[in-house]
Amino acid sequence: MSADEQSMRRVTAIRNGTVIDHIPGGLVLQALQIFNIDGRQSNPISLVMNVPSRKLGTKDILKIEDRELTQDELDRLALIAPMASVSIIRNYSVAEKLTIQLSDEMINVAHCVYSNCISNSVREPLPHRLKVLSTKPLILQCHYCGRNQNLERLIGNLL
Amino acid sequence: MNSLITMNDLTNDDIHRILADAEKLLPVAKGNLHLPLLQGKILGNLFFEPSTRTRMSFETAMKRLGGDVVNLGAVASSSVVKGETLHDTIRMVDGYSDVIALRHPLQGAAQYASDCANVPIANAGDGAGHHPTQTMLDLFTIKQAHGKIENLNVVLVGDLRFGRTVHSLSYALVRFGCKLTLVSPESLRLPDEIINELKEQGGELEITEDLKPQLENADVVYMTRIQKERFPDEDEYVRVAGVYKLVADDLSSVKKDMIVMHPLPRVDEINPDVDSTRHAAYFEQAFNGVVTRMALLCDMLNIPIPEKIGGEK
Ligand SMILES: [Zn+2]
Repeated sequence: MSADEQSMRRVTAIRNGTVIDHIPGGLVLQALQIFNIDGRQSNPISLVMNVPSRKLGTKDILKIEDRELTQDELDRLALIAPMASVSIIRNYSVAEKLTIQLSDEMINVAHCVYSNCISNSVREPLPHRLKVLSTKPLILQCHYCGRNQNLERLIGNLL
Repeated sequence: MNSLITMNDLTNDDIHRILADAEKLLPVAKGNLHLPLLQGKILGNLFFEPSTRTRMSFETAMKRLGGDVVNLGAVASSSVVKGETLHDTIRMVDGYSDVIALRHPLQGAAQYASDCANVPIANAGDGAGHHPTQTMLDLFTIKQAHGKIENLNVVLVGDLRFGRTVHSLSYALVRFGCKLTLVSPESLRLPDEIINELKEQGGELEITEDLKPQLENADVVYMTRIQKERFPDEDEYVRVAGVYKLVADDLSSVKKDMIVMHPLPRVDEINPDVDSTRHAAYFEQAFNGVVTRMALLCDMLNIPIPEKIGGEK
C-alpha cells in the first residue's frame, strides 16, 4: 500500500459525498471556509491534516458526506489547492472524478488585497473580479486596479 | 466607444497615430483655426478630487473643438456627502454626456466606471494608479522636441517612488526603446516591482543618486516635485531638495536639443533662470495637455481627424 493510500484510509470510506485529496498540508481549514462549512451543517465532515504525500510533501484531505460539490465551487479551491483531486462518491464508489478548471477570471471568490482599490468600497454594487494571468504558478490580477495579488493575503480575503 | 483607462489600452501604433493627430490639431488648439469636430458632443467632467489643471485642460480641449462641457464637480462632492455610490453617479452622468473625464482618489475607479457606463471614460487619474492622458502629453512634448519618441536617453529625477506620472511614463518610454536613467535619493527610488517589470520588458535602466553627471548625455530631463511630507524630518528634506535642483548654469554643456520637462506645479526643483533657456519645455508641456486631449477625445468619440487641416479661420 502506498503512502497516499495509507493516508486515505485514516478516515473511513464515505457512502455519498465528495472527497478532496491533495490539499497542501495545513490548508484544509481554508478549504472549509471556501465551501462555507462553518460547523452549523449537520452532514458529517472528516478532515485529515499533514499526512505525508509524494506530490506535496505533506497534504490534507477533506471528506464531505452527503454533499456533491459543483464545478463552480471546486474552481474556488484553486486559490489554495490548484493540484487537488476531487472525487464524487455515490454508494461507496467513485462516480465522477473532477479537476479544477480555472476560467480566465475568478468572480466573487476573494476581494482585492489593496485597501485603496475601488473594489473594496463596500457599498459599490460590483462583482469582485480577479483575472487569472497564469495557472502555474497561479497569478491573479485585480480587474479594477490592475495589481497582482499576494496569494497568502488573498486567502484572508475570501468571500 | 473606447475608454482610456491605462496606457495598455493603446498600441504603439495607436500612440503614433494620436500624436500625429495632435500635431495636426495644433493650430486649432492655439485658436488660429476653427474646427468644430466635436460640435454637439458633451464632455462630463467628473472630478472627485481637485485638479484644476487637468480639469481645465479637458474643458479647453473640448471647447476648442466646438464641444460642450458639463462640470460635475459639485455633483461629485454632493454625491459623496449624500453617500451615493460611484456606480449611481456614473449611471446618471452617463445619461448627460457623450464622454466622461473621471478623476477619483481610489485606484481602479476608472475601470469600474467604464464597466458601469455606456459612454467612454477618460481616466484623468485614479489614486496612485494611472493617468494616461498625462503620459500622452508627455510623449507629445518629447516628440515635438526630438521628432520621435524612440531610442532617447531620458533622465527621470526626484520623487520616483510615489510619482504616478513617472511610473506611467517609464512604461511608455520603455515600449519605444528609450534608455532610462533614474535619479533619486535612496528613499524615493522607483519601486522594485516597477524596476523589475521594466527590465522584463527589455528596458535599459541606470539607477543613480547623482544628477549632474547625467545631464550631458540626456535628450530629456524629466524633473518631479519632491514633497516635504515624504520626509520624516525637515533637515533631510532640505538637503535632498537642494541636491535635485536645476539651475541655468547646470545646462552649459548639455545637448543642444535637450529638453527639461516637469508636470508642474514646481516648487524649487527648477530655478526660474532655466525658464529663459532653450531647454525649458515645461510650459509648452502644460499647453500640450490641451492639444493631446483634443486628439484623444476625438479618438474616443470615433471622430476622424481630417487628413489636411488648414485654410482660413
Ligand atoms: Zn484591486
